[in-house]
Amino acid sequence: MLTFTIRRLVLSIPTLLFISLVIFMLLQLAPGDPMAQVPLTVPPEVKQKMREALGLGAPVHVQYWKWLVQFFWIEPQVLIDHWFGTALSEGKLRVISWQTRSPVMDIVMQRMPQTLWVVGMSYVVGILIALPIGIYSAYRQYSVFDQVGTFVSMIGFSVPPFFSGVVVIVLFSVQLGWFPSIYDTTHVVTDWDSFVIQFKQMIMPVMVLALQTTAQISRFMRASMLDNLNQDYVRTARAKGLRESAVVLVHVLRNSMIPVITVIALGIPGIFGGAIITETLFKVNGIGQLLLTALFANDLPMVMTLTFIFAILIVLFNLIADVLYGVLDPRIRYD
Amino acid sequence: MTDQSVNAAATEMELYGALKDKEPPKEPRSQWRDVWDQFKKHKGALIGGGFLLFITLFVLVGPYIWQIDPKKLDIRNKDLRPIYTLLWDGDARTLWSRPFGTDNLGRDIMATLIAGGRASMAVGWMAMVLSLVIGTAVGVFAGYFKRLDGILMRLTDLFLSLPILPLLLVAVTLFRQPLRAALGPEGGMFILIVGVIGLTSWMPTARIVRGEILALKEREFILAARSIGTTSSAIIRRHLLPNVVSPIMVSATLGLAVAIITESALSFLGVGFPSDFPTWGKLLSDAVPRMTEFPERVMLPGILISLTVLSVNYLGDGLRDALDPRIRGR
Repeated sequence: MLTFTIRRLVLSIPTLLFISLVIFMLLQLAPGDPMAQVPLTVPPEVKQKMREALGLGAPVHVQYWKWLVQFFWIEPQVLIDHWFGTALSEGKLRVISWQTRSPVMDIVMQRMPQTLWVVGMSYVVGILIALPIGIYSAYRQYSVFDQVGTFVSMIGFSVPPFFSGVVVIVLFSVQLGWFPSIYDTTHVVTDWDSFVIQFKQMIMPVMVLALQTTAQISRFMRASMLDNLNQDYVRTARAKGLRESAVVLVHVLRNSMIPVITVIALGIPGIFGGAIITETLFKVNGIGQLLLTALFANDLPMVMTLTFIFAILIVLFNLIADVLYGVLDPRIRYD
Repeated sequence: MTDQSVNAAATEMELYGALKDKEPPKEPRSQWRDVWDQFKKHKGALIGGGFLLFITLFVLVGPYIWQIDPKKLDIRNKDLRPIYTLLWDGDARTLWSRPFGTDNLGRDIMATLIAGGRASMAVGWMAMVLSLVIGTAVGVFAGYFKRLDGILMRLTDLFLSLPILPLLLVAVTLFRQPLRAALGPEGGMFILIVGVIGLTSWMPTARIVRGEILALKEREFILAARSIGTTSSAIIRRHLLPNVVSPIMVSATLGLAVAIITESALSFLGVGFPSDFPTWGKLLSDAVPRMTEFPERVMLPGILISLTVLSVNYLGDGLRDALDPRIRGR
């Protein structure tokens, strides 16, 4: 298992390098001049100098190499400096945003908590709702609960978040006035009242994202439970005289969780992508919204770094899913 | 002697009588007849398929029946409410010739919904077809030719690890201008959006098709075909492709749903078609700032998107059951 994990880790390096190259070339091909916002009174030769100062004069491969060095060598050093108070990265050039002229990773680190908080919470809530629904609708297949559950999960699957989000805003913040429609990221939780405000502003974005997660995971949970409920070992367990709850919730559930857990791991990067829409809708200033504003402002280093972070998440969670599958299911051996 | 032979014939009749059919032979049934019978049992799929057909006809034939130009401005009759608002609000400004009301520039909402539906469905179908063609080609080549398998599947894995929505945003934002300049604002955008959606959604199809081809390739009928000297291209066309039609059809329905949602999401994020070219996602996002006063402008396109995607998903579910011979007939 360990050798498999190490092999997968080593294999993911060329994958990531290739993805970064694809993103970089895509951005290189793109038209768009970072000097477009500079006043027209600035003479062309000064503009040229400014362009070179941004590193745009160099050939493509040099630019790519510099980005690689900055992202994989200098940024980790900055992180180590931050943690241990060393001075490894002193005076070295980091990935600089064209928009704000400050290091990209600093801005990403400022925005990350909001995204993680909303996205992470919605994923946990979604899973917690999905698992019982999936288990019960498989156990009582074709019952009313199962029919309704399947229908609701199909709706959750089909209604895009930009529509469900708008509907809940109209319903709960405009008509009923229960929750605020804008997520206030400067809000600090100090006591019970401020916690209630935080809870109220989180409930809508979290539930909109959680609806999608719930729909997907509960379908998987139901299918996986159905596969296992008809197996011979279930009959054996019942024949031994085990209680029904022990049969379903211990024997069947543990076996059905194996594929579901890998699906949960595989879904995590996807939910970050979905968060782009939810963040725009509820005005959460997370990384999804950061990517969108950077795109519209033609801030290529920011776009490059953010897209690459998304790619790292996908590769990482694919790896985790593969390894988890092997760890959880002793029947599967990779070596 | 004759007696004996008659007796022998009688015992023969008795012997084979048990093997004879008790009822008259049934008409032979074709595969698609079986598929249709199974499909009919899935009520959701039937309704979904019917609705998809209805909505497709609605956007195709709609402009010929509802002949108001969706781009015509009628400032005098702007901000009309749909006629059904009269049910609870007698004072609402409505007009019977504008059943769904008009927008803030007086454009008829019914007409813009039809035009928007045309664009959304066209993008959805085209992107789905493109991704199917790419996915099937990659899957067939990877499954059939052993030399290509490794490299094509690594390519598929790479594409699967690309962050799709961010990349779509990047591609559409950055290549909007040159394509618009080259092919006109609407044509350029159409090709760009169909292209990027198609190029980033073929991977599941490729994987499924490859798996099926790998299994089919080892079967006897392929061996027989090869032994009589059938060329590879003929084997693929005549023997392999017809056998992978069912998984392709199922992934086609999923692809259509994904393509419609992706196009709407791009329009919603403001990187879709130009502002005077309506699509369902665009109509929805344009209506969001004034959704408190005119909720119907958000609800109508949103409901249309959701219902279309819902019906496509149900259709896919039904097709999967109907096309799987292990489930069929149960």
